Amino acid sequence: MTNNNPTPDIRPNRLSKSEIDANFCDLHPPLSRSAALVAADRCYFCYDAPCTTACPTGIDIPAFIQKIRSDNLRGSAYTILRENIMGGMCARVCPTEVLCEAACVRNTHENKPVDIGLLQRYATDHVYAERPALFTRAASSGKRVAVIGAGPAGLSCAHRLTMLGHHVVVFERAPKAGGLNEYGIAAYKTVDDFVQQEIDFILSIGGIEVRNEVELGVDFSLDELGDEYDAVFLGIGLGAVNALGIDNEDIPGIESAIDYIADLRQAKDKSKLPVGKRVVVVGGGMTAIDIAVQSKRLGAEQVDLVYRRGAEQMGASRFEQDLAYTNGVNIRHWATPLKVHACDNLYAIEFEETALDASGHLTTTGDTFVLTADKLFKAIGQRLVEDVLVGTTTSIQTARGKIVVDEAQKTSLDKVWAGGDCVTCGDDLTVTAVQHGKVAAIAIDRSFESRGP
Amino acid sequence: MVNLTSEFVGIRSPNPFWLASAPPTDKAYNVNRAFEAGWGGAVWKTVGEDPPIVNVNGPRYSALYSNDRRVIGFNNIELISDRPLQTNLDEMCQIKRDWPDRALIASVMLPMNEKTWAKYVPMIEDTGIDGFELNFGCPHGMSERGMGAAVGQVPEYIQMATEWCKRAATVPVIVKLTPNVTNILPPAKAAKDGGADAVSLINTINSIIRVNYDTLTMYPTTDGQGTHGGYCGSAVKPIALNMVAEIARTKGTSDIPVSGIGGISDWRDAVDFLALGASNLQVCTAVMVYGFKIIDDLTDGLSTFLTGKGMQSVSELVGRAVPSVTDWQYLNLNYVEKALIDQDLCINCGRCHIACEDTSHQAITDTVNGERRFEVIEAECVGCNLCVSVCPVDSCITMRPMTEGLDARTGLPIVNKKANWTTHPNNPMRKQE
Repeated sequence: MTNNNPTPDIRPNRLSKSEIDANFCDLHPPLSRSAALVAADRCYFCYDAPCTTACPTGIDIPAFIQKIRSDNLRGSAYTILRENIMGGMCARVCPTEVLCEAACVRNTHENKPVDIGLLQRYATDHVYAERPALFTRAASSGKRVAVIGAGPAGLSCAHRLTMLGHHVVVFERAPKAGGLNEYGIAAYKTVDDFVQQEIDFILSIGGIEVRNEVELGVDFSLDELGDEYDAVFLGIGLGAVNALGIDNEDIPGIESAIDYIADLRQAKDKSKLPVGKRVVVVGGGMTAIDIAVQSKRLGAEQVDLVYRRGAEQMGASRFEQDLAYTNGVNIRHWATPLKVHACDNLYAIEFEETALDASGHLTTTGDTFVLTADKLFKAIGQRLVEDVLVGTTTSIQTARGKIVVDEAQKTSLDKVWAGGDCVTCGDDLTVTAVQHGKVAAIAIDRSFESRGP
Repeated sequence: MVNLTSEFVGIRSPNPFWLASAPPTDKAYNVNRAFEAGWGGAVWKTVGEDPPIVNVNGPRYSALYSNDRRVIGFNNIELISDRPLQTNLDEMCQIKRDWPDRALIASVMLPMNEKTWAKYVPMIEDTGIDGFELNFGCPHGMSERGMGAAVGQVPEYIQMATEWCKRAATVPVIVKLTPNVTNILPPAKAAKDGGADAVSLINTINSIIRVNYDTLTMYPTTDGQGTHGGYCGSAVKPIALNMVAEIARTKGTSDIPVSGIGGISDWRDAVDFLALGASNLQVCTAVMVYGFKIIDDLTDGLSTFLTGKGMQSVSELVGRAVPSVTDWQYLNLNYVEKALIDQDLCINCGRCHIACEDTSHQAITDTVNGERRFEVIEAECVGCNLCVSVCPVDSCITMRPMTEGLDARTGLPIVNKKANWTTHPNNPMRKQE
């Protein structure tokens, strides 16, 4: 292999703009009213509904569907958004096939759940165009809360806090609010700048001040916030990307999937993005699928996704895996990167096959194979940047690289709560982050009551 | 397959399914298409004296929908035929010539004086029709002019007009009854006493479909005002079945042949009417929603059903369920049933639980040993059938008769001897055994 010295084939304009536009249109087009009524009619209005139990934010799903049936869309949207202020985004990105729709009793009855995700989108879409005043703020409490990170957890927390009468300042290091909704989700899951429309709606309640391009640990410290604010919520996500742990990991041609997706999401013209002819993705979660499918849709000729375990263990749902297959992604299970072949640039990756040993531990078999590649995307997870938390008088407790919180999202620090991907109970889902923010806001509010004015 | 050829008051038709007197039978064009599709007969849209009536030039119909916009109930304010009498007679005459094997019935509505009946009945019969149906049921418009339901609600008028028609007609006379009465038996008896060969029922029920939520007027309206119409379609079938069964099981009316009308949409509806005493069937709403083609399922389904039951003809089915209909006071109060939920079929929707818990007898669990599970608590179950009614899964919950042992609810032993209210100790009017 080292005899070759190929120039990597990475270039823009692999597809025309119209082809790209077609490839990045809505993955799940919205339901028409008549389709929504037929879909809604399939809901059995279950008692203590399993779908609601399965929803991390506890949306009363039969109730919102009932309201679709009676053309009460305002009420339907309220039922959703009062539990999950990002109900619009979650309707688009939730892995409903493993959450609410997996719990739907129609699966037992006829192997096809109610289209809860699509119905949730139908019930909420009008909100972003019409901005009905669904939520109001309680009388001002005089309390000020700092929220670090304008992602799903932070904005959910901020919205609930302002509803409860508290003043909120959100600190965000990126130029735009939204967190992974804005920078990390596959483009075909949230078209037409939906993320910013949703944020505009969330902020329209008032009482939330967003300060962009200010970074914890750089522009301010946790200690400083503690002095200035009555409470702090950390929704800082996982700022660093896990390494493959092999030599030459930093050569040109190897990139973090997260970074590339962020570029893709912000690109005005996606056809101008440089795309490898042969792309290899390492990882098995949603991000791995997102980068693999999007690479294919940008015009990569061959995309291999390599995961060290089997289909069952992949973090990506079965639906996501099928999406990859139908987009022509070649998924290879049970292999792990061993060595990068490169001159100046990457041109191949050698993998070693893996298996479970007798005690169920992952082990390598010694068999190897090589995939030629112009581009390798790392999508093996992110980790917390703990440095930004350093400097606190008492350091925050972490475990397994994440912030430890209790069931009320309270950290080990006085007056500091946390939620979303950065905490130990996080699971990389928007919906879970929204729930964390909501729970923390309610806990923060209660802490004010118990502490008095 | 069973041959569905049937005979009703001497009128033969290739199957018992006739189109009811209504818009689908207003013109030769429609009736011709119906007979091409296979309908056994047609009751022509009601004719009256010239000059013909006029209809509104706006909405005549409106519907009650299921959530996926299936028509469950249907409302109309159309009047009788708005075409000149002679036009109708000419077309009826032509249709009967073209389709001699099909039943063709003239529906008539005439003012309440014998002279008019004596004049028009022979004229209409001259077209070659097989019989008359007297429209004493139309609940809107015509009733304001002393006809239709205005006649059908007064048994004496029914009898009088039936007598007038019978005196002038040589073919069978069927009297169509209105359900807008408190008791269907006196009108049926009056028809019989007037000499009617049969009764047909039900005509439509007074109804308003809904309100327009924008204008807060009734819906639909004619230039801002509306009027009650006549209600029909699947939603009225249970009302019609009760009235048919009442006539069929009551001494004094049980010998009157009945043409059943009201919400017949598929062959099972036909079985309902036939088993409860009808020997002929009329259909309107279902064809107004789906077209004449539904006759295929009606005939094919009924024939298949009869074959499965080992019956040779429709007449073997007629009245089969009538002996099972009785008064409440004769129901066996010693008989005990308990609901049983088939856990293999249960989809865990919990609707049986919440229905029983909120509105009935708290006899279905929601949790067993910490798990979501729905089981009948026999000590609370009164056997009311509510859980069966609300369960979305066919046959998941069944009612199981108890034949021995103790009723866990009452603690009393199951008694296999029948006993009803007439002899019950709590009945102050009880008969001594």
